Amino acid sequence: MLRFILSRLLQAIPVIFIVITATFFLVRAAPGGPFDAEKVVLPEVKRALEAQYRLDLPLHEQYFAYLGDLAQGELGPSFKYPGRSVNEILFSGLPVTAELGLYALLIALLIGVTAGVFASLKPNTRQDYIPMSLAMIGICMPSFLLGPLLVLVFGIYLEWLPISGWGAIPGDKVLPSITLGAAYAAYVARLSRAGMLEILSQDYIRTARAKGLPEWLVVVKHALRGGLIPVVAFLGPAFAGLLAGSFVVETIFQIPGLGRFYVQAAFNRDYTMILGTTVFLSSLIVLFNLVSDVAAAWLNPRLRSQISGGGK
Amino acid sequence: MSLLRVENLEVSFVTRNGTHQAVKQVNFAVEEKQITAIIGESGSGKSVSCYALLGLIPSPPGRIDGGAAHFGERDLLKLTEDELREIRGSEIAMIFQDPMTCLNPYLTIGEQLIEPLRIHKGMSRAEAKIRAVELLDEVGIRSPEQTFSSFPHEFSGGMRQRVMIAMALINEPRLLIADEPTTALDVTIQAQILRLIADLQKHRDIGVLFISHDLAVVADIADHIVVMEKGEVVEAGQPNIIFNNPQHPYTRKLLAAIPSGEREQQSAAREALIKVRDLRTWFYPVGQDAPVKAVDDVSFDIERGEVLGLVGESGSGKSTLGRSIMRLAPITGGSITFDGTDLSGLQGSNLKQFRRRMQMIFQDPFASLNPRMTVYDTLAEPLLLHGVCTRGNLDSHIARLMDDVGLARSFIRKYPHEFSGGQRQRIAIGRALATQPEFIVADEPVSALDVTIQAQILDLLLALGKEHQLTMLFVSHDMAVIRHIADRVLVMYQGKLVESGLVKQVFDAPEQPYTQSLLASIPGAALTL
Repeated sequence: MLRFILSRLLQAIPVIFIVITATFFLVRAAPGGPFDAEKVVLPEVKRALEAQYRLDLPLHEQYFAYLGDLAQGELGPSFKYPGRSVNEILFSGLPVTAELGLYALLIALLIGVTAGVFASLKPNTRQDYIPMSLAMIGICMPSFLLGPLLVLVFGIYLEWLPISGWGAIPGDKVLPSITLGAAYAAYVARLSRAGMLEILSQDYIRTARAKGLPEWLVVVKHALRGGLIPVVAFLGPAFAGLLAGSFVVETIFQIPGLGRFYVQAAFNRDYTMILGTTVFLSSLIVLFNLVSDVAAAWLNPRLRSQISGGGK
Repeated sequence: MSLLRVENLEVSFVTRNGTHQAVKQVNFAVEEKQITAIIGESGSGKSVSCYALLGLIPSPPGRIDGGAAHFGERDLLKLTEDELREIRGSEIAMIFQDPMTCLNPYLTIGEQLIEPLRIHKGMSRAEAKIRAVELLDEVGIRSPEQTFSSFPHEFSGGMRQRVMIAMALINEPRLLIADEPTTALDVTIQAQILRLIADLQKHRDIGVLFISHDLAVVADIADHIVVMEKGEVVEAGQPNIIFNNPQHPYTRKLLAAIPSGEREQQSAAREALIKVRDLRTWFYPVGQDAPVKAVDDVSFDIERGEVLGLVGESGSGKSTLGRSIMRLAPITGGSITFDGTDLSGLQGSNLKQFRRRMQMIFQDPFASLNPRMTVYDTLAEPLLLHGVCTRGNLDSHIARLMDDVGLARSFIRKYPHEFSGGQRQRIAIGRALATQPEFIVADEPVSALDVTIQAQILDLLLALGKEHQLTMLFVSHDMAVIRHIADRVLVMYQGKLVESGLVKQVFDAPEQPYTQSLLASIPGAALTL
């Protein structure tokens, strides 16, 4: 098991390295620079700023200097928020985004698994078509449409829930979590349905019925475990996607999370901020993928014994 | 009074393409403490009849149209789902064909074993475990305690079928329905499982309904035989009457299809077409120190024009040996000489030249044909690849191949899924013959087929062999099939050749204990004696 995890971590190093390199040169290739937007900048002031942020060095030297910092865990100073380092900004925004992502994921699982399993029990009937059509709509509907819609209905017409903020008023976390989780709920529903349909057609399900198990026990005990393995494998990429993709929701609901800094950094050509966030998020994606792969393998006894056998 | 009496059972499947009547007016009975066998080919409705009794056919599309199934005081077909569920796994239990897929891979064997006790008897986990371990011991599992907490993938097919049997018997049912319980097993394991079922049936005084496509399998154990064809019972009676005086033509056909006796054997010593010397195919699995010795220092000759049978159980290395000769599996030592040329070092175009002269037929005609190629394309490919003919006279070559393998010429534009298993195997044979080979490796070519189809394919292979002067290596786990088709036989066990000789010698006077045990496991001793 340990060997499996270690080898996956080693494989991650070149992936992250390529991400860093590509991002580094791409942001610099984009037109404009971090200080172009300032109204009037005297040439000597601009030069001094560039020197301070090492922008006066040749490109390759900037690159290696950045790699050197990165190796020490230092993501550099932000260009747009003077005096604050990227590390600081990341870790102030992360808890909010992580909390939002977690709630969204829980909502996605709750709705998705329930709908998917429900649909798989009576395939190609109304019990299947209705939740799956909703799921299709959920996948197609972008969050910048769903968010305002929810705000309009539940915030303004019904006045049930607050329409913005995070942690200030009770209930203000509900709408953003649902908005973010909806599309993932739809994916989870489709994955659960497909997984369950496959397992429910297996011979051992017939064995379970022949033993006289009640239908709910057949589903919960014999089918669910195998049927949800695809969902478990999806959780890692899903959570990483939720973190990286939360900026739209954070912008709609005025939430002080990571996503908003990320988008603003891109507009501001805040090189270190873009790079820092990208590196951080890509590391998280790799990590969560690994965690969910390990979890999915662990759920399958055959793979489990193979993996732990390999580590002996 | 009968334990189970089925009267005028009718089952149909309703699909968009119409209603298919799978079971028509079927009557049969299982007496207390006796074994009733239902015999028929796939699609004869034998399994559907039994599943319908327990409410186990998927509905829709399945639908029970009528009839009655008296089990004690009750009519199984009139019970509600909950009442039926009470009976399943307690009074009537089932075992199925493929033990590899019938146990839940995600749950321990123990967890699955105790379920019927927990549900039907409300037993506590600890009580149930004691009972389960006892029963595992009784069905011949060596370390029952350890098995209880193991997962199914840690066991072989035979062991899993024992677990299935234990699971079925755990609530001491009055009726056991066994659906082809030995079809997926090796011949020696099959004999053990059959003996186990027969023993348990005697000791526990239960009635057994045994479903099989193979008359030979049930010959030794059944008290009563029901023969089904196309959803109808065509004949029923005592085994000795059915075997000695079959009335219905279909029963006669089934009996005739059981491979038996030997052919006139060619014994005149001739030159060897293929010489295999110290052949070794070892595999080196990742993470394991010891190599898997699939074929281990094997030497033998294949004479021109003979059919050489190669027999052994799964895992004996017989299929790997066939593939090594075809250069489809790696050769890690020794040599293979084909008509004077050493094949083991050949590469590229030299190898391709020999490929034309040797062809292979595989076990599973469903898997070995490309589903996206018509018969025409499947046959045209080797013809053009090896330059047997030109595009100009391709059609006439393909037509001749179709005639050879007994398929109507009008089928050439069809795809594999439109054919039955036997027809597909004919296509595969046609493909192998396309390059006009001298040598054919047939790897279990009839194991996936129904017994009557099996007989047709064997006859076809023999006829084609004679017509085209083919040399054949015929790989099979089935001693009866080998006896029917081969001139000489090789017996393989754990990668080694343990015995070889003319079929008559080996079958009449086997020298090795392993060969003797293989021969003793051939089902249907009652039939041949």
